Amino acid sequence: MTSLAPGVLTPGLAMWRSVVERNVVSFRRQWAAFVTGFAEPVFYLFSLGIGVGSLVPFVITDGGSRVTYAAFVAPAMLAASAMNGAVMDSTFNVFFKLKYAKIYDAMLATPLGPRDIAVGEVAWSLIRGGVYALVFYLVALAVGVVDSWWSVLAVPAAVFIGLAFSAVGMFATTFMRSWVDFDWVMLVIQPLFLLSATFFPLGTYPGWAQPLVMATPLYHGVALERGLMLGEVGWGLLWHLAYLLGLGLVGIWATSRRIETLLRA
Amino acid sequence: MALPSPPAPPTGARHLHGVRSPLRPTERIGAVAAYFLVVYRRTWRGSLFSRFVSPLLFLLAMGLGLGSLVDASSGGVDGVPYLAFVAPGMVAVQAMMTAVSESTYPVYGLFTWNRMYHSMLATPLRVSDLLLGHLTVVATQGTVAAAAFVLVAALFGSFSSAWVVLAVPIGLLVTLAFAVPLFGFTARAKGDSSFNVVYRLVITPLMLFSGVFFPVDRLPLVLEVLAWLTPLWHGVELTRGAATGDFAVVDLVHLAVLLLFIGVGWVYARAGMTRRLVS
Repeated sequence: MTSLAPGVLTPGLAMWRSVVERNVVSFRRQWAAFVTGFAEPVFYLFSLGIGVGSLVPFVITDGGSRVTYAAFVAPAMLAASAMNGAVMDSTFNVFFKLKYAKIYDAMLATPLGPRDIAVGEVAWSLIRGGVYALVFYLVALAVGVVDSWWSVLAVPAAVFIGLAFSAVGMFATTFMRSWVDFDWVMLVIQPLFLLSATFFPLGTYPGWAQPLVMATPLYHGVALERGLMLGEVGWGLLWHLAYLLGLGLVGIWATSRRIETLLRA
Repeated sequence: MALPSPPAPPTGARHLHGVRSPLRPTERIGAVAAYFLVVYRRTWRGSLFSRFVSPLLFLLAMGLGLGSLVDASSGGVDGVPYLAFVAPGMVAVQAMMTAVSESTYPVYGLFTWNRMYHSMLATPLRVSDLLLGHLTVVATQGTVAAAAFVLVAALFGSFSSAWVVLAVPIGLLVTLAFAVPLFGFTARAKGDSSFNVVYRLVITPLMLFSGVFFPVDRLPLVLEVLAWLTPLWHGVELTRGAATGDFAVVDLVHLAVLLLFIGVGWVYARAGMTRRLVS
């Protein structure tokens, strides 16, 4: 077994893969939880598309095109489910593993280093989010609510949304003391889900509320996905991307600062 | 060595030492309910968001935001402004959500994590006392949630009739129609991961496809028939009737379906609890 020779198993030598592998194995036993993760955004898509779509035949988007309600809502559901998945992963799951299952303690007792854990967990979260986004995209394609070739970028864009929200979610998790604090997570997520131009265009909001909506992160995710899936592509989309990327970087920076503080205390 | 025989129990007195007569059913159920009320008194703050803020947000987003699109493009639903259409349905959803959140994880915890039900059964309480006592508190919570929502939605001008007060007792029935069978399901649950699946595959679709956000006749026929079988749709039809004050004979059917869920659920729940706790 030459690979066990000293010096070969240096921490940080792409060992994050074993963290991902561990999550894959663990999810094999909870396939129901994994599979049903697809279901929620698809249910929303069908409910809003069939039902509400019969009440609202057409919507004029903020970009000015006239689309069916299902086509209007589908990109928003993709963005919202990317947010949801990322936040759930980086808050509930990480908190549980950190505090109760003591999985990270166990991992640190092996040649894995802290960075392997961080990179591995984020990578797993993005893989999972990416798979969900891909499946949702295929469903949207199959029911014909996708209008443009640009939409192939919708899945990578969802990964960016995931990155931004998992960074911020991780940051929030470092402040959590118990499960009671998770009410605060819901308090943030749900207004974002309902009021980020997801169900109705920005123009429907009262004038004073529009800048507020535009300041929140999910709005940028929704606008990005909507631009790509409806083919309303322009340089403006880069602003949304920049916002998400910026949020992700700031989140990662702030999280590492927090972890340092926590470890020193 | 014959022990001196105990003195005869004083009649009607509960505070004296010595032999006492067995607890009456109301005392037994009251004792269980009192326990859950004490727990709730310490944890109610945590439920404020899910009970009151979240439905309010849904009302704002769907009733007012989406409503402006619906009213502009099809003049509301069958002539009713969208807000007035959605709000009564949300009362029933509120009742369902309360029942679900109170009958899954918390009940499962009492079986497994802290074994509170077992402790209770070590006293003169019986299985049906636990069920009735606990369900009383869950029903109260669901009723309060429905009443609070009716009040707030009324401030937005969502209802056209004072009969809407009947939405509160309907909320009570909807709460029980979900809580009672769910107690039975939870009593049979092997682990807590099945609840996640129930939320995603049962509760969310019910909320989305039971006529809350759009009439079920817009659905494909198969789904429409499925909606008829769910307790939520019947609850929604009833609350919608209450919101306008237009009741019809068919509402008796809706009422009967809710009662059927409660009745069959009771048998299912009691059998499940008995099997889990007394064996």
